Order: sequence, then structure tokens, then C-alpha cells
Amino acid sequence: MRLISRRDAIGLGVFVAVAGHTAALASPVEAESEIARFSAGATPQTRNITIDLPEIAENGNSVPLAIAIDSPMTERDHVSEVLVVAERNPRPVVAKFQFTPMAGRAQASTRIRLASSQSIIVLAKTNSGVLFVSQRPVKVTIGGCGG
Amino acid sequence: MDMAEQPRIKLPGQARKGEIIEIKTLVSHAMENGLRRDQNGVTIPRKIINRFVCEFNGQLVFSCDLDTAVAANPYLQFFAKVEEDGTFRFSWTDDDGSTLTAEEKIIVTA
Repeated sequence: MRLISRRDAIGLGVFVAVAGHTAALASPVEAESEIARFSAGATPQTRNITIDLPEIAENGNSVPLAIAIDSPMTERDHVSEVLVVAERNPRPVVAKFQFTPMAGRAQASTRIRLASSQSIIVLAKTNSGVLFVSQRPVKVTIGGCGG
Repeated sequence: MDMAEQPRIKLPGQARKGEIIEIKTLVSHAMENGLRRDQNGVTIPRKIINRFVCEFNGQLVFSCDLDTAVAANPYLQFFAKVEEDGTFRFSWTDDDGSTLTAEEKIIVTA
């Protein structure tokens, strides 16, 4: 029996802890591997991640998403990368943001496509390798991935 | 990428030293995710903006790797801390390698 590496375990642990359910996901393996890759080498922690998403998205073609992470954004301590995953989309990785201290705030917003009701998972990494995770469910009335 | 349409950028023309300003950008792009079919049932190939970069006086402020789930006409809002006069440079890169760029100057007072 091959033991999985501690890195993989942390990655998978993060995913399972965050996803909180094992119901059939459209792209569970992809979402899981992307999250494990992003998490590798980082210690999961809880911190203030705000995910702004409508509770119900009438149109899955364009759903506003805003992310904010509490951080001093100094050279010594700043959020460096943020991964946004839509677990049930055909391609789960939505975007990856890179922040520098010059951004002043670990905060960004965009508009995304959602294929169906699901959870959006946000992972944030700091320059010192600390990892924060959070997630938020959203109901989608009409899916927006065109497939 | 339709180079004729200029991206829309909103940021203040002036700020105080050390102030954190908000920047909003919008660019025209269909962001074809490769899953749609035309009326003949033929799949429309994927063609998206996959990368956005914002620099100030040559230094990276904020950047983003976009995938197919970013909605058409990508909107990106973020912040920048300004300490001196200078120029923001924005670039959007298409899957086909072409790049669209734009610049905005800002005056920073003490």
C-alpha cells in the first residue's frame, strides 16, 4: 500500500474539510487536484476571507464575485496568490489572482460563469506560505456554461 | 482579439501619497469557452483572454490568470497603493498570443 505524502494529505484534507460533502461532483477529481496543487507545502489556517456572491444567480452567464482577504499587505506579510474554484463547472478553476504589496488590499472582483448551483471555494496563500480557505454556496437558476 | 475596441479603465487622476485607489477595468471579448455550438451544431473553439497584468512604473501591482469561467467582456476590479506620480500599464493576453495594452497616468500629491 502506498502512503500518500504529507503534502498530498494536507491538500486533500483541505479539500475535504472545505467541501464538506461527498455528493457526486461534476469535476471532483479536477477540483481536488487543482486545490491540492495550490495547497502543496502550505499550512491550512482559518482567516478572514470574504466571498461576495449573490445567494441566487438568475443568470449563470455572468455572476458577480468579489473576494477580500484580511491582510496587512506589507512586504513582510501579504497575500500573494488566490485561487478560485467552482467545483461543479466543466473546468473548475475559475481564476488565479496574484497580489503584491503595491496592491494595498488583497481584494478583487470579477464576473464569472456558473454551470449550476454549487459552492465556490477560495484559497489564499501568503508570501510566507500560510494558506487560508473559505467557500460559499450559490444557487444558479439558468446555467451559463453553454454546453 | 478585437483590437479596435479600447478597454475601459476607471481610476482617479489624482491621489494622495500612500492612498489606496480603486481600479476598474472592462474589456470587450466574447470569452468563448469552447463548449458552445453554432446553429450547425459545430463547436465554437475556445478563445479567451487568459492573462491580465497591471503594473505601475514598471512594477507589478496585480495580475490574474483567467480561465473559461470568467464571463464575457471581462470585468476586473482591484486596488493599488500609490506613493509617487506615474503610469499604470494594463495588458490583456488572448489565447492566440495577441496582447491588448492601455496606460493611465496618475498625479500623486503629498
